[in-house]
Amino acid sequence: MIVIDARYCKACGICVYFCPKHALEVSKQVNSRGFYTPYVVDASKCTNCHQCELFCPDFAVFIVEEEEGADG
Amino acid sequence: MTPPEHRLLKYLRREILPSTHCPGCGCGQVLNAFVNAIDDLAIDPREIISVTGIGCSSWIPSPYLKCDTLHTTHGRAVAFATGVKVIRPESHVVVIAGDGDLAAIGGNHLIHAARRNIGLAVFLVNNYIYGMTGGQVSPTTPFGTVTTTTPYSNAEYPLKIAELVATAGANYVARWTTYHIRKLIGSMKKALQKKGFSLIEIVSQCPVSYGRRVGLRDGVAFMQYFKENSVGRKKAASMSEGELEGKIVVGKLIERDRVEFSESLRRINEGVKSEG
Amino acid sequence: MQTDKARRYLSGLSGKVRFALGDEAAAYGALFAGCTFFGGYPITPASEVAETMARELPHVDGFYVQFEDEIGSIAAVIGAARAGAKAMTATSGPGFSLMQENIGYAIMTETPCVVVNVQRSGPSTGQATKPAQGDVLQARWGTHGDHEMIALAPNSVQECFDLMIECFNLSERYRHPVVFLMDGEIGHLRERLILPDLADLQLFPRGGFDPADEPGLIKPVQEYGKGQAVHITGSTHREDGMRDVVSQDVHERLITRFYDKIDRNRKNIVRYEERFMGDAETVAVCFGAASRPTLGAVVRARDAGLKVGYFRLATIWPFCGERLAAVGKQVKKILVPEMNLGQLAREVERFVNVPVIRVSKIGGVPHSVDEIHRAIVQETP
Repeated sequence: MIVIDARYCKACGICVYFCPKHALEVSKQVNSRGFYTPYVVDASKCTNCHQCELFCPDFAVFIVEEEEGADG
Repeated sequence: MTPPEHRLLKYLRREILPSTHCPGCGCGQVLNAFVNAIDDLAIDPREIISVTGIGCSSWIPSPYLKCDTLHTTHGRAVAFATGVKVIRPESHVVVIAGDGDLAAIGGNHLIHAARRNIGLAVFLVNNYIYGMTGGQVSPTTPFGTVTTTTPYSNAEYPLKIAELVATAGANYVARWTTYHIRKLIGSMKKALQKKGFSLIEIVSQCPVSYGRRVGLRDGVAFMQYFKENSVGRKKAASMSEGELEGKIVVGKLIERDRVEFSESLRRINEGVKSEG
Repeated sequence: MQTDKARRYLSGLSGKVRFALGDEAAAYGALFAGCTFFGGYPITPASEVAETMARELPHVDGFYVQFEDEIGSIAAVIGAARAGAKAMTATSGPGFSLMQENIGYAIMTETPCVVVNVQRSGPSTGQATKPAQGDVLQARWGTHGDHEMIALAPNSVQECFDLMIECFNLSERYRHPVVFLMDGEIGHLRERLILPDLADLQLFPRGGFDPADEPGLIKPVQEYGKGQAVHITGSTHREDGMRDVVSQDVHERLITRFYDKIDRNRKNIVRYEERFMGDAETVAVCFGAASRPTLGAVVRARDAGLKVGYFRLATIWPFCGERLAAVGKQVKKILVPEMNLGQLAREVERFVNVPVIRVSKIGGVPHSVDEIHRAIVQETP
């Protein structure tokens, strides 16, 4: 599961760029700082590769791996 | 049900996030890599002392990383850190600062610390510019670049700082970019565990004070640029200097196993004791 | 704080009378005070301090590190001090100039440390091997910004030892760098040195408080390794150590407290020596190397019936303005013999309304008793 913490996002777009499954897109929502935050286009596309989490400069996106049926 | 939170926030002073670094700045990626490395190694943050200088990169652990911190004067972090490490060799003493700080004003301290092989892990964040002050030329800015203090053209050649430090005597030197995040985490773990002087030159992006003046307008553009222009060390060894022009050579540059400086000092002290 | 090995070694040195250089005595003073880190760089006439420390520190579980320059030296000294050690460096004018930025860092971070400056002829390379007293105002104001300073000046080899202990004590007590203003004359002088019993010394502990100091101005020392995520910075900061360079009142409160912790406690810090002041109509105010021939000149003048007093500063900073103001009301004239063009004299002038006569001598040759005696006779009715 991709979790986006909009408080910290600065709309750099790096998570969108790095997702190999294009599960993330820039939304039309702004956070309190005026940044257009990303959103999960299709949660089923996520493979828990953690790329978004590892490349985010602001700890604004991370993966929570579900207990059941989690990828190996 | 409490909302989930980032598993690494426990290492940070979360009440002051988000950081003051610009959108897309590589500094946040360096911090992310560092807390990943600490977490992977299960290092207790109480054992870390981070020592920084002046510049955006020096703001990576200070104040965001929740550990003992010594935020010092421009260029001198390595020298301060040497004093800390000699007195507290049991701590992980980590220096994080930029190319202007460590390679220009602090270049001499860096070279001699490597020569001395004092047990520091130095993360030199090289963004090719003096970013905090608005984009002045630095010793790593490519030849010909237009910056605020080379408004016509940079007439100086860039320094290969990682190679210089490797020659000076460090026990471990590697170079990665913020694009190579997993390799960077691996190198950071190595640097934290290796005795002696370790340097990782982390080529990073400054979109606001550098990138947008050279056609790399944001963090994503830099990710693409680093991906396309990096060359692995082994491949680079078979390329000419001309072919390597504009390329970023990444990988481990050197590894040695010489005795660490504060250990040498303690051995000498032991020896003096036995002479009565 | 000293290890058992250190105490055993130093106790073995106690009670012995040595014939030592001022530089060596200063080094022994540091060792007896509990210094375990010296970061330095060779420079005449201070190199003997470094050499003595290099030889002796291993005996007390301490460390001598020679750096690539004086800036690295003072940086490492501060780093070592923050890591828990009593730390020092020793240099002369050119190195002292290089160290100014980081001395300001030590002030801003309230880090105890001792900087020995064995003064030589300047400016610049000057007369590298000749003594002078020309760094008096630099010791006070060398680093940028508003700040106080503590600086002591010995005038004998024994004082190089005794006052070094004071330097370390004061630096710990006030969480402040202390400058030891030696000069090449005292530093390279050989005299009797008696090393005392360790038990007779009172060493101020790291983080201690003295009830004689005004409360609220001196804060607990932040120590690493205690899980408190201590944040030390040279930027303006709040009480919790976190940077705040925006709030006007935070900066004003911080810098004023740094000033006040020295200024409001100056009566606990200033040390001076007065002789023949009871009936004095003229007084010679002096310090360090120049005080030796000054005393000789005063004694000779008194033998001839002149009512001259002798006032020797052992602390240059904070300046003993209050006492000198009182002296200024008693005497008709003040002479200031010093090996510079009148730096101490400028300070004296600020506090008195009587004429202050400079008896300056530069060029690396100390005053003779004759020269100062002539000046006294000339100026005393």
